[in-house]
Amino acid sequence: MLEVEEIHTFYGLSHILFGVSLSIESGKVVCMLGRNGAGKSTTLKSIIGITPPKKGSIRFKGEEITGKQPFMLVRMGIGYAPDERRIFADLTVEDNLEIAERKVEGGERWDKERAYEVFPVLENIGSRRGGCLSGGEQKMLAIARALMCNPELLLLDEPFEGLAPVMVKVLEDQIGTLKETGLTVLLAEQNVKTTLRLSDHGYIIDDGKIRYQGSVEELKENEEVRRKYLFI
Amino acid sequence: MDSGYILTFAALSSQFLVGLSRAMILFIVCSGMSFVLGVLRVPNVAHGSLYMIGAFSAFSISTLFGGSSTGFWLALIISPLVVALVSLIAERALFCHLYEREHLMLLLFTFALMLILGDLVKLTWGADYRSIMAPPFLRGSIPIFGSSFPRYNLFLLIVGPVVAISLYLFTNKTKIGKIARAAAVDREMVGAVGINVSWVFAAAFVIGCYLAGLGGALVAPMVSITLGMDHDIIIEAFLIVTIGGLGNMWGALVGSLIFGITQAFGVLFWPQFAIVFPYLAVVIILILRPTGMLKSVW
Ligand SMILES: Nc1ncnc2c1ncn2[C@@H]1O[C@H](COP(=O)(O)OP(=O)(O)OP(=O)(O)O)[C@@H](O)[C@H]1O
Ligand SMILES: [Mg+2]
Repeated sequence: MLEVEEIHTFYGLSHILFGVSLSIESGKVVCMLGRNGAGKSTTLKSIIGITPPKKGSIRFKGEEITGKQPFMLVRMGIGYAPDERRIFADLTVEDNLEIAERKVEGGERWDKERAYEVFPVLENIGSRRGGCLSGGEQKMLAIARALMCNPELLLLDEPFEGLAPVMVKVLEDQIGTLKETGLTVLLAEQNVKTTLRLSDHGYIIDDGKIRYQGSVEELKENEEVRRKYLFI
Repeated sequence: MDSGYILTFAALSSQFLVGLSRAMILFIVCSGMSFVLGVLRVPNVAHGSLYMIGAFSAFSISTLFGGSSTGFWLALIISPLVVALVSLIAERALFCHLYEREHLMLLLFTFALMLILGDLVKLTWGADYRSIMAPPFLRGSIPIFGSSFPRYNLFLLIVGPVVAISLYLFTNKTKIGKIARAAAVDREMVGAVGINVSWVFAAAFVIGCYLAGLGGALVAPMVSITLGMDHDIIIEAFLIVTIGGLGNMWGALVGSLIFGITQAFGVLFWPQFAIVFPYLAVVIILILRPTGMLKSVW
C-alpha cells in the first residue's frame, strides 16, 4: 500500500532523515519505534507532505506521491493524526470533526456518528471548544478527525503519549477494532509494549536512519536491538 | 425646566446616533479587513482602495439609472460584487503566490497595489468629485429625542447589525466559515484534513473585500466620492483593527464603535479638534491594552 524509498528530509539546512525506507502492506499495522528526536514524526510528516523529502520517492497504492500537497494526499486516502494533536482550538469538538468530513462516492465513509461509536467520550463533549479538552480527549479527537477523511492508511504519531494506563488500553482496543475493519496503520511510538501488541511488523529508527526491521515476533526476541536503540 | 439641559441632551443623543451610524460603515469595512488579516495573515493596505472602488461603482450604477431609487438599490447590490470580482482576480493572479512571504513584503506589495488601484480609479472615473442620492424615503431627517436625525443614518443603523449577524452566522454556522476560523489558527493542519487551503484563502479574501465594497457603496450618498477616500479610510481601518485585536471581527466592531462615537462627541465638544479625539482614544487603549480590546488571532 505504501512504499517509502530512500527519503532524505531537511528542516531548512539540517538534514534529518538519511535514506529512510519503509514498506507497508494493506491491512497491516506497522510500527516505527525510536527514542526522542529519532525522526519518527519527521518520517510521518514526509509521507503526508508537510515536510516533503528532498530526495527519494514515496508511492501510495502504486502511485508516485512525492511532492504532492497534503490535502491531495488526504483525499487519496491517507489520514494523519499529529503528535502535538493540533486540534482547532476555536472550534467545538463537533466542528473539528465536521470540517474534516468529506463526501465520497461509495466505499467506506466516516461521519460524526461513526466517529462517536469508536470514541464515545467525544459524544458527551461534542459542543465543547477544542481548546478546552484534556490531553487524552484531544488525542482521541485528533484520531477521530483523521478518520473523518475516510483514510485507507492512517498515520498515527504517538497516540499513547501522555495517556493514563486505562486510556492506553481503551485506545489500544479501538485501534485494534479499526484494524479489523481493514484499515492500514503506521504507528510511530515510544510505548514499546502496547505498540508491539498491536503491530504486525516493526521498524526501529534512530538518528534518521532505519536501524532494524522485522516481524513483531522477531523484534520481541531481539533483545540486543531493543536495548541498543530503545533502552529497554 | 432648564431648556439648556434639554438642548444638551438632545444634541448629545443625536450626536451619539450619528457616531453610531458612522461606526456601522467603519465596522463593515474593518470587519472585512480584519477577516483577511486573521485568516490570510495579510495586512491589506489596498483594502481602502476597494472601498473607494465600491463607492465609484455605486456612482456609475446609480448614474446609469438616472439617479433613481432602483439605481441606488442596484448600486448597493452590484458594486460590492464588482469589488469582489476585482479582488478575486487580484487574489488568483497575485496574492496567492505571496502568502508565505514576510509581513513587510506583504505590506509593500499591498501598498503598491493601493497606488496602482488609485491610478486605475483616476483613469476610469477621473479626478472630479462625484455624488449620488439616496432614494427619497431615505433623504431628509426625522425627529428623535427632540432633535432631527438623518434618515440615511438610521438606515445604516439597521444595515450594520444585519451585516454583523450575517457575519456571525457565516463564521459560526457554515462549513466554509468554520474552516476559515480553523485556517486562521493552523492552516497547515487544515490542509492535513484534506481541505484545499488555497481556495479557502481565496474565498476569505473575496468575502473580506466584498465588505470593503459594501462599505464604499453604503457611504456613497453621505460623502463626496473622490480620489483620496482610500487613504482616509485605510488609516482609520488600521487603527481600528489594531485596537480591536488583530484578526478579530468582533474586535473590529468594538474598535469601530469607539472610533465612530469618540469622533462624533469630539465634534460636539471641541469642533476644531474633533479629529483628534478618536486618535486619542486609540493611544489610550493601546497603552492600556497593547494587543487590542479583544483576543487577537495573531
Ligand atoms: N521544525 C523543526 N526544525 C528544525 N529541526 C527540527 C524540527 N522538528 C524536528 N526537528 C529535529 O529533527 C529531529 C527529528 O525530530 P522528530 O520530531 O522527527 O523526532 P521524533 O522521533 O518524532 O521524536 P519524539 O519522540 O521526541 O517526538 C530532531 O533532532 C529534531 O530536533
Ligand atoms: Mg515525534
